[in-house]
Amino acid sequence: MGHGKIRARLRSSLYTFSCTNAPKKSVEFDELQGPGFSRVVMCNQPLLYKYRNNSTSTTKYNALTFLPIALFEQFNRVANIYFLIAAILSVTPYGPYNPISAIAPLAFVVGLSMVKELLEDWQRMLQDWKVNMRPALVYNANGSFETQPWKKIKVGDVVKVEKDTFFPADLLLLSSNYDDGICYVETMNLDGETNLKVKRAMDVTLDLDNDASFQDFKATIKCEDPNPSLYTFVGNFEYDKKIYPIDPSQILLRDSKLRNTSYVYGVVIFTGHDTKVMQNSTRSPSKRSRIERKMDKIIYILFSVLVVVSLVSSSGFAYMTKYKMPDWWYLHAPDNKDLYNPDKPTVSGFYHLITALILYGYLIPISLYVSIEIVKVLQASFINQDMHMYHEETETPALARTSNLNEELGQVDTILSDKTGTLTCNQMDFLKCSIAGIPYGQGASEVEAAAVRKMSMDLDAEDFDHFSSEDSTYEEEVELETVVTSNDQDHKRRIKGFSFEDNRLTSRCWWKLPNPDVHFLFFRVLAVCQTAIPEENHETGEYNYEAESPDEGAFLVAAREFGFEFIKRTQGSVTVREADPSSPEPVERDFKILNILEFTSKRKRMTVIVRDDKEEIFLFCKGADTIIFDRLSDKGRTYEKATTKHLNDYGEGGLRTLVFAYKKLDEDEYRSWNSEFQKAKNSVSSDRDDVLEDLSDKMERELILVGASAVEDKLQQGVPQCIDSLAQAGLKIWVLTGDKMETAINIGFSCSLLRQGMHQICISTKDMLANESVQNTKSDILMQITDGSRMMKEETDPDAAYALIIDGKALTYALDEELKTQFLKLAVACASVICCRVSPKQKALVVRLVKEGTGKTTLAIGDGANDVGMIQEADIGIGISGVEGMQAVMSSDFAIAQFRYLERLLVVHGHWFYKRIAQMICYFFYKNIAFGLTLFYYEICTAFSGNSVYDDWYMILYNVAVTSLPVMSLGVLEQDVSSEICLEFPALYQQGPKNLFFGWYRIIGWMCNGVYTSVVIFCLTIFIFSDPPYRSEGQTPDMSIVGATMFTCIVCAVNTQIALLLSHFTWIQHCFIWGSIVVWFSFLIIYGVILPETSTGSYQVFTETLAPTPLFWMTILLVVMASVIPYFIHASLLRSFQPEDHHIIQEIKYLKKDVLDRRMWRRERRKGRHTAKIGFSARVDAKIRQLKGRIQKKGAHLAPQEML
Amino acid sequence: MASEERSSLSAGVESHRAPVPVHQFKQQNLPACKPVLTPAWVITTYFLIGVLFIPIGFISLRASMGVVEIVDRYDTECVPNSYKSDKVAYVKDMSVSKNCTRYLKVKKRMKAPIYVYYELDNYYQNHRRYVKSRNEQQLLHGLRYNSTSSCRPLELNKGLPIVPCGLVAWSLFNDSYSFSRGAEKLNVNRKNIAWQSDRDHKFGKKVHPFNFQNGTLIGGGKLDSRIPLSDQEDLIVWMRTAALPSFRKLYGRIEEDLDEDDVVIVNLLNNYNTYSFGGKKKIVLSTSSWLGGRNNFLGMTYILVGASSMFIALVFLLLHKLSWARQ
Repeated sequence: MGHGKIRARLRSSLYTFSCTNAPKKSVEFDELQGPGFSRVVMCNQPLLYKYRNNSTSTTKYNALTFLPIALFEQFNRVANIYFLIAAILSVTPYGPYNPISAIAPLAFVVGLSMVKELLEDWQRMLQDWKVNMRPALVYNANGSFETQPWKKIKVGDVVKVEKDTFFPADLLLLSSNYDDGICYVETMNLDGETNLKVKRAMDVTLDLDNDASFQDFKATIKCEDPNPSLYTFVGNFEYDKKIYPIDPSQILLRDSKLRNTSYVYGVVIFTGHDTKVMQNSTRSPSKRSRIERKMDKIIYILFSVLVVVSLVSSSGFAYMTKYKMPDWWYLHAPDNKDLYNPDKPTVSGFYHLITALILYGYLIPISLYVSIEIVKVLQASFINQDMHMYHEETETPALARTSNLNEELGQVDTILSDKTGTLTCNQMDFLKCSIAGIPYGQGASEVEAAAVRKMSMDLDAEDFDHFSSEDSTYEEEVELETVVTSNDQDHKRRIKGFSFEDNRLTSRCWWKLPNPDVHFLFFRVLAVCQTAIPEENHETGEYNYEAESPDEGAFLVAAREFGFEFIKRTQGSVTVREADPSSPEPVERDFKILNILEFTSKRKRMTVIVRDDKEEIFLFCKGADTIIFDRLSDKGRTYEKATTKHLNDYGEGGLRTLVFAYKKLDEDEYRSWNSEFQKAKNSVSSDRDDVLEDLSDKMERELILVGASAVEDKLQQGVPQCIDSLAQAGLKIWVLTGDKMETAINIGFSCSLLRQGMHQICISTKDMLANESVQNTKSDILMQITDGSRMMKEETDPDAAYALIIDGKALTYALDEELKTQFLKLAVACASVICCRVSPKQKALVVRLVKEGTGKTTLAIGDGANDVGMIQEADIGIGISGVEGMQAVMSSDFAIAQFRYLERLLVVHGHWFYKRIAQMICYFFYKNIAFGLTLFYYEICTAFSGNSVYDDWYMILYNVAVTSLPVMSLGVLEQDVSSEICLEFPALYQQGPKNLFFGWYRIIGWMCNGVYTSVVIFCLTIFIFSDPPYRSEGQTPDMSIVGATMFTCIVCAVNTQIALLLSHFTWIQHCFIWGSIVVWFSFLIIYGVILPETSTGSYQVFTETLAPTPLFWMTILLVVMASVIPYFIHASLLRSFQPEDHHIIQEIKYLKKDVLDRRMWRRERRKGRHTAKIGFSARVDAKIRQLKGRIQKKGAHLAPQEML
Repeated sequence: MASEERSSLSAGVESHRAPVPVHQFKQQNLPACKPVLTPAWVITTYFLIGVLFIPIGFISLRASMGVVEIVDRYDTECVPNSYKSDKVAYVKDMSVSKNCTRYLKVKKRMKAPIYVYYELDNYYQNHRRYVKSRNEQQLLHGLRYNSTSSCRPLELNKGLPIVPCGLVAWSLFNDSYSFSRGAEKLNVNRKNIAWQSDRDHKFGKKVHPFNFQNGTLIGGGKLDSRIPLSDQEDLIVWMRTAALPSFRKLYGRIEEDLDEDDVVIVNLLNNYNTYSFGGKKKIVLSTSSWLGGRNNFLGMTYILVGASSMFIALVFLLLHKLSWARQ
């Protein structure tokens, strides 16, 4: 959290080109001692102090710790501990079977998980190795720079870093190829920002600018200890017996890149894990999916079943031992050990309990965890490989950073989205402006265009029928898309960031306009009041700008087009080439920058104080309208009224606005203020920032308004369509943005979160006086909330939709303990919610409120460092791995390149994953219950003695070989409907949030099925194979024959069951399912031919006794059929008389009704369209409903959809 | 680092140049058959199950009915009246003659081979302690193999190993039967009653009983130490432990037909102690069919499953007709 603030601070400190570069007062040496400030770096004498070396390791384990740590993690799971104890106990005489049967599956399962861990760690190690072996130029004792791998770099080394390479460690910048010691740095890997930042060396070290000058370089740096704060640095530099303070702008951080600078020299301060970037790397909090948490509960249930069954069994045993066993002379009891001692039945019972607990362990699916893990890794690779989520332009595939949450993607209820960079592309187009109360700019914003488009579409709707019905939605999308892209192309033909169309201004003759002096000042503010860096494009001779925000870039481009071309920035000045009435050629003018008062989200304004070529001092200011209007002088309000009107117009058009103002300063006035300001700046007191803030505030008053600008925040490709389908999928979408309410509402309109006819409930703090008490505000907010709720309650129209818009200030109160439940209730009832002006922290709080308040799955999506909090807080965090960089991605669970891929990620992958995992877990329980209970039934037949009818090897094979692959193919490959249909019928997604496939009804159902199967298998086999001979040769069945038959029945039955469960058979499923049965028979054959001492009863059991016996085969057929028939009846009844959505669609597809009968229901669908709530969503909903009505004679209906 | 990660990933995605099946797999787009349980399919399936199962049921029921079985419980009848109150004492008393004669009337013509079984009841041959108490290695290799701890509590006797060791062998069934029809003796073939594989591979051809039934407590039958284990078929049959507490084991074959109303006289030695635990002893004469012995259960279940499938098919058909009609 708080990343936004930090980022703002980073900017501010980087862009303070304060001319007052006078030596600041150094921090006293004494202050830099004691805890937290102990580091001493002897420059160029790296061996004097011993600090960690520069090699880094991100691996979880090393060769020594791998086994203990990885094992510990494995046995952190309850089930694994149980199996471990079971394995240990099975070595004792109480073990019901061969110890190998207990140890082998456990070893297999744990081994597999550990191999997976090992491979992952190996990948990390390779990556570390690559990083550690990167070459760096390090100064050596011989007086030259030699290439060494990164890991060899030591604290105190002088290194030379060349253009476009990464800094190997945290460095103190000494000098660069520029005379003034500046260098440009790209910090994308740290904070995700792509714009360049300027770093500047201290004046004293500027002369160390060639390789030779380091011969006698000796200096000492005393500084803070390693810490994760990227934007602060406290330290002193002692050189030539003088002490200089170091500030963060002289620190070059590891993993940032040198740009636009040929080389720099630096001294290593922090190495390896001490560097700020490594200190910052935290493992994102591990999240577990809802299904897995529920699965744990089921495992506990099974544990209880296990305990109960074991208790029954051991009491039975105790009873038998006491009353019956003394008569059974053939058992030769009593025993000298207490195992079979009729005199001590409790002791025998206790020992037997141990045996039973191990024996019935088959009720707990040992391989469940590892199977799920493997399945999820494979699923995640499907996300990574999906070509439909691969962004060609940036060559970015989707990336599942964790595979824990795959199925959670299918259960999302609420999406909380950032706006900038997520819904919009963070690319600004200068579109309109208002100067001296005159509006300029004729281009239409996208919102306006969208409105026009929507209207024309409604008109077209009448003619929709002639589209081929198959891909109507698709065509609509294409239509939309072409409009959008054609717009894009239009823009590209012109200038990036500039869509302004108005000859009055672009003709570069400002002096011919009315109020020329105001226009002149407007342009000048535009060109001078900024912190960008110009870059000359050598081909065109034009300048491009590296600006801190895209708005600023747009302003500079606009200024350039208006004839005020910013061409150069030096340490203390900017140079602007200005169109001038006095000369035909533009005039270059230098402005000495005296002060820059930075833009922060708190201040919402930025000011520069400059001295122009006429030695006059000006203050130029740009900022948010409300802020600037508050600071205007009385005579500066000439254009306020007209400008306000224009600002409102722009706001309605979805544009971002800024207001420009200036003031002229007296030399004396400035000087007195500046001295105070410098003093405050150089002070080291803790309230320094507050004092500076106050002083800035004092200066930025009595301004004169010149005009306002409007830039357009462009929507990302496909966003409205994506939001439409997500809405059809029943997802609620909340937008959390830092923008102001009007902009947010406009974006809401353009991405169809809002629409005409929707009731908007706006909650905001009234423009009240500052002294209004907190309590009053709170009650005011409460009133607004209750009003809104009442309004909704009184609404009679079932189709009415509400939207809630709340601003950051009101949100502070709404998130308060007292109000938050009411607020949440209202918000949940609304179709869409937009929170504007929210801070990063509030974003996280809103996510928490929704997550905890509704108990449903939340998904947060964002791209910037300010979204990190909410991404980590949400059940699923998604980072946009687009332009803004890696910060959000690094803390996310999934990364996609564009917002529109969210649709596929959720509606296709999420939907599949959810069903796959849910069915997989249910089936797992089913198959283990089906098997485990037969052991118990047989127990009863053996006087509870703890004997099993199966050979030990059969039991080992059960979980490992003969049932594991089919269920994994279910988990990896099952598709209820194809991806196209998922996209076409997003309402199918609701099966996830409603948890139709992992509700208790399903789980219990599957468990009952398991119980039933076990009963059928056991009883039928036992009754058929009881006393009478089972072959024409007269032999009677013995234990090994009954065991092998029963086990064959189980293998066939559970594999037939999964075949019935699947609805999607590729050759892989066929291979696995039928292959498992084949594997079982081959095992039986192979096991039968090895040494009879090993296979004992199973020796040649198949070839000699079972295979030639008709009864054996007839039993299998009978048992398999009898055990799957109830499921089959249930499934077919359900499908015929109470079908689920995907059943209907499968059936339509199967019968090809979608092709044959589409025209008719399309027409019907269109009739219902006007009454429906919004565009696509309502349409497709009707689609499903009508299809359902068509196929299903009985009126099964879709669950009501959340409509937008 | 991040950029490297990205490039390696995009290299992964480049795999669309991979062979088509691999690509289809990665895009989850493999050709697949998607069976759908349409009403037509469901009804057909149930109907087919019915059509298949009911005939199978009747055929196997017929086979089972064709089997003639004579079961005679003799454990109570074979105890002299004086011992009726204390049967255990009778069976334990070595001095009392254990001879007993039973008359079995053949109700229906029985075709050779007629299998002779003994049937025990309430006898937990599947008890864990019992099942484990044997040693396969020793049975095959005899005295050469001496780690026979699994045979406990009957591993050693007087410090010498027992061959065959363990409870199973020790409790060998030792009632014996001989049959006659009138004055004519009926030959009982007691060869080939055990599995071929057991005789050839599990019981040693050169392993002779040793130190067997020499202890203070004598369990069941004794073995002729001159005959190798592989030829002791009674033992081999006995050692195949039964799955359930009530079981039959093959005793031998009568290789002559028996006619209706024939009376088979069984002379038996009632040695085996089932009286301590109240188990029944029966002698069974049975013919066999292709299905084995008399086993009506299988046929009945087949018919039941088949019939219920048919029934469900009809119900489905009706329901669909109805809902169709309603529409």
